[in-house]
Amino acid sequence: MSPTSSASVGITTPTAERDTRARLPITGHGVGTLLAPLVFGVVALGLWEGLVRGLDIEPLIIPAPSAIFSEVQRNWDSIWSGMQVTGRNALIGMLTGALIGVVGAVIAGSVRIIDQMAVPVVAALSVVPIVALAPVLYTMYGAAVDTARIVVAAIAVSVPVYLNTLRGLRQVTPVHRDLMAAYAAGPVQVARAVTLPTATPYVFTGLRIASSLAVISALIAEYFGGPIGGLGKSITSSAASSKYATAYSYVVGAIILGLVFYVATLLVELWFSRHRGRT
Amino acid sequence: MTSPDTPMATSSTAVNDVRDFPTPPAIRTTGASRVFGRGKRAVTALADVDLTVAAGEFVSLIGPSGCGKSTLLRLVADLDVASSGKVEVFGKPARQARIDQDYGIAFQQAGLLPWRTVRSNIELPLKLHGAGKAERRTRVAELIELVGLTDFATSHPDQLSGGMQQRVAIARALAERPRLLLMDEPFGALDEITRERMQNELVRICAETGAAVLFVTHSIPEAVFLSDRVVVMSPRPGRIVDIVDARAGLGGAHERTDAMRDADGFAHAVSQVRAHLHGVPTDAATARGVDD
Repeated sequence: MSPTSSASVGITTPTAERDTRARLPITGHGVGTLLAPLVFGVVALGLWEGLVRGLDIEPLIIPAPSAIFSEVQRNWDSIWSGMQVTGRNALIGMLTGALIGVVGAVIAGSVRIIDQMAVPVVAALSVVPIVALAPVLYTMYGAAVDTARIVVAAIAVSVPVYLNTLRGLRQVTPVHRDLMAAYAAGPVQVARAVTLPTATPYVFTGLRIASSLAVISALIAEYFGGPIGGLGKSITSSAASSKYATAYSYVVGAIILGLVFYVATLLVELWFSRHRGRT
Repeated sequence: MTSPDTPMATSSTAVNDVRDFPTPPAIRTTGASRVFGRGKRAVTALADVDLTVAAGEFVSLIGPSGCGKSTLLRLVADLDVASSGKVEVFGKPARQARIDQDYGIAFQQAGLLPWRTVRSNIELPLKLHGAGKAERRTRVAELIELVGLTDFATSHPDQLSGGMQQRVAIARALAERPRLLLMDEPFGALDEITRERMQNELVRICAETGAAVLFVTHSIPEAVFLSDRVVVMSPRPGRIVDIVDARAGLGGAHERTDAMRDADGFAHAVSQVRAHLHGVPTDAATARGVDD
């Protein structure tokens, strides 16, 4: 027993000081990572403001940041409700698209022939700008409802989610495959124990990539018709009535919305890949 | 009791047969060969291997890269199928033994599931094979203690060192009290100090569980220290060159302690294995020279 006790003493570290709480793998967030883009942003805005004032540039070409900012303040209620409308379409579309992508990838991952049949369709979907379908979809589902916008967002999201999930399903390491074979595990057991957990971070990588696509698609789809209230409609109507600063204030709303989607999905992705550093 | 010459009676499954037949060995291969590819590109990884591992015996496979030692282990584990010859585990075909879960296995990579905690990694085989919750809990607690990781039960693999991960893998391999343990270079990726520690622990664990072990390694001292017998293999085609009995002067594999790393018998067995590996015919004089 003597070798054992000596070994345990050498390896075991004090429990009291050990912290095994789950943590998001965000590293290297020093002062520089925050300060550098902040300084750059301030300088760029200052330059923009100075150029617009100094050269007396017309708002038609580009409004000054100060004008946009005061418009954001004045118009915030409208921007906020626009963000909710567009955000709702983007969210429903994203969740639907993610579901389609994941289910599709699971099917394609288990049936080789379906995977091969799907390749050209997926390739086509990923090169065609999905919003180009918006006018067609408005005629299909009616221009008085948001359905067409949701469908556009869903299709746009499903492609990256499908591709990433499929990739994830193929990341099962040989040692895990051997282990499952040694356990004589059935196909459902293998899927639950190894394949799906392996693919999970990839699903959320796909979702992160797709998140901004969802917002963009839902917003651009509004340009082609449908009910008013969303950010896209507000941008076009403001621009049409020469209220350029107002149009830009909605663009600011769209940027905020896109960032919210991106950061939210990024955090989910980091959470699900928090243990994937080593091993 | 731990002497490999007297296989343990507990390993007999068919009670009636005990009188007529001796207990089936843990492993018996007869003329086992494995050829990869076909035609001109065929590579014989393993040629005509006859090997018997008694119940409770510790046998190491050693040889240069590409000598088929891992292939042989994979045949026994039924992760690969012999091109010809027979591979039996406890008297049954390897495939049946795999389905019956007659062996536990550990690889060079720990192969833990990174999204599971230490506890639920060890629990995995029990869960897959339908063990009840209470049974799983007690068994996992035992195993965690056996490998000295009680403080790390709720840690994830990425929070452990390589040696600790490998201990989790060994605990997992032992989860279902297998009478045979297959280990494919489990300590290959560890540093020398951790490695010797792990070897000491493995000796203790094997003595406690009484399982037979087939152990693949690159390291001569490791093979000699751990084993009752060391099987020396040669490459292209992989075949057994000789089998060195490490019990002479060292005693059974279950009684090894750190002190034996310096014993005369140890050096003697090491030089014998080395001589076989380098293709020099074993010469009593050379062996004695090292011995003195």
